[in-house]
Amino acid sequence: MSREMQLVLDSIWPILKAGLVITIPLSLLSFAIALVIAIVTALARISNKRYLQVIFGAYVWIFRGTPLLVQLFIVFFGLPKAGITLDAWMAAIITFSLNTGAYASESIRASILALPKGQWEAAESLGMTYWQTMRRVIAPQTIRISLPPIANDFIDLVKGTSLVASITLADLFMVGQQITARTYEPLIIYTLCAFIYLIFISVLMVIQSRLEKYASKYV
Amino acid sequence: MATIVQFQHVYKSFGDHEALKNIDITFQEGETTVILGPSGSGKSTLLRCINLLEQPERGQLTIAGTTIQLDKPIVKKDKLAIRQSTAMVFQSFNLFPHMKVLENVIEGPVTVLKQSRAQAVEKGKTLLHKVGLEHKMDSYPSQLSGGQQQRVAIARALAMEPQFLLFDEPTSALDPELEGEVLRVLQDLAEEDKSMIIVTHNLNFARRVADRILFLENGEILFDGTTDAFFEHNNNERIQAFIQAMQLY
Repeated sequence: MSREMQLVLDSIWPILKAGLVITIPLSLLSFAIALVIAIVTALARISNKRYLQVIFGAYVWIFRGTPLLVQLFIVFFGLPKAGITLDAWMAAIITFSLNTGAYASESIRASILALPKGQWEAAESLGMTYWQTMRRVIAPQTIRISLPPIANDFIDLVKGTSLVASITLADLFMVGQQITARTYEPLIIYTLCAFIYLIFISVLMVIQSRLEKYASKYV
Repeated sequence: MATIVQFQHVYKSFGDHEALKNIDITFQEGETTVILGPSGSGKSTLLRCINLLEQPERGQLTIAGTTIQLDKPIVKKDKLAIRQSTAMVFQSFNLFPHMKVLENVIEGPVTVLKQSRAQAVEKGKTLLHKVGLEHKMDSYPSQLSGGQQQRVAIARALAMEPQFLLFDEPTSALDPELEGEVLRVLQDLAEEDKSMIIVTHNLNFARRVADRILFLENGEILFDGTTDAFFEHNNNERIQAFIQAMQLY
């Protein structure tokens, strides 16, 4: 067996394991929190309450308008100066949730606004309250429309977690960097890392297409 | 006959455009009124004010026993009461695409009126039978023709047992071929003495079903009288020209 082949075989498990232990749980947990934030934010921004629009609009503006890596550094390295010390896990989850929440809220908001006005009017004509209209008429249709952009936000999140290497979390990519430092085989090791990300994200894409098919059954 | 819809000095404008000017009118129970008029005359706006899809800015509205002063914010309770006592059928149907036909029909009774599902289903089936679509109750709206969708929308409106049925150009989005099936349903309802207000461009239909005709132009009521008086004994030049133009078409 060639030396390169042996290197791949020796490295694949440590890298994959870091993906399974850090990258995936971090992505799933952050995404779950981000979804809740995104729904609340989208609802606040389409509400008729001016102060809600301003507060949540500012949040989205800040998180879409600054780099993810900078946000991560502020939370992990910066906040201790203000007396808030978070471990790397906590800092990562908070930052990724807020960042993805900002993007996903825009996906949801755009989907709600894309629904024909007649859907609101038909529900209102039946005498539904705002929340009945939301729950029974608007939300189910919004899910279908927002699936593709939300899946995109999720994919961006999974790839974005590679930044946690810079705040001391030994994720998939950090383990790759450590092996490279030892073996000096950046081409092989980083390609291997890319390949593992590709597998993770391909699984997501399959799930996305299943969900889209299910959610579109009435079209 | 009881009065159930009353407009008193009602004004509505969109920006600089005055859509309704000092509307003073009442609608009676059991009456079929057709509203005619050129495009932009305010007839749809008048109809949409009745269930508050448009909110006029001045005057007073009384709908099914609920009176509101329009220059003040409308209390949520009054708004919901008015909407539950009226039902609207739209030009573009506006069925809920993610619900099957029967689910569309029982949505209002179950979610708004809090009827039991079994009871709503039973009534829903009867209404779908009435509009000739019982066999489509498990289809999605996207699987239906326009005429069928509009008939489901009528069943959905009837399921609320409203005191007043409002129709906003119910056949304008339909091919002439499909128009007939919807008009037949409307005619049946008119014969049952349902209280209806219909905005339409179809003069033949108006002549056939209306007890009363309103003619609007520039946000004002130019004519309010019996169908006979409108078509046969009308010497208003503007209305004669309108009738002629519509019949030529």
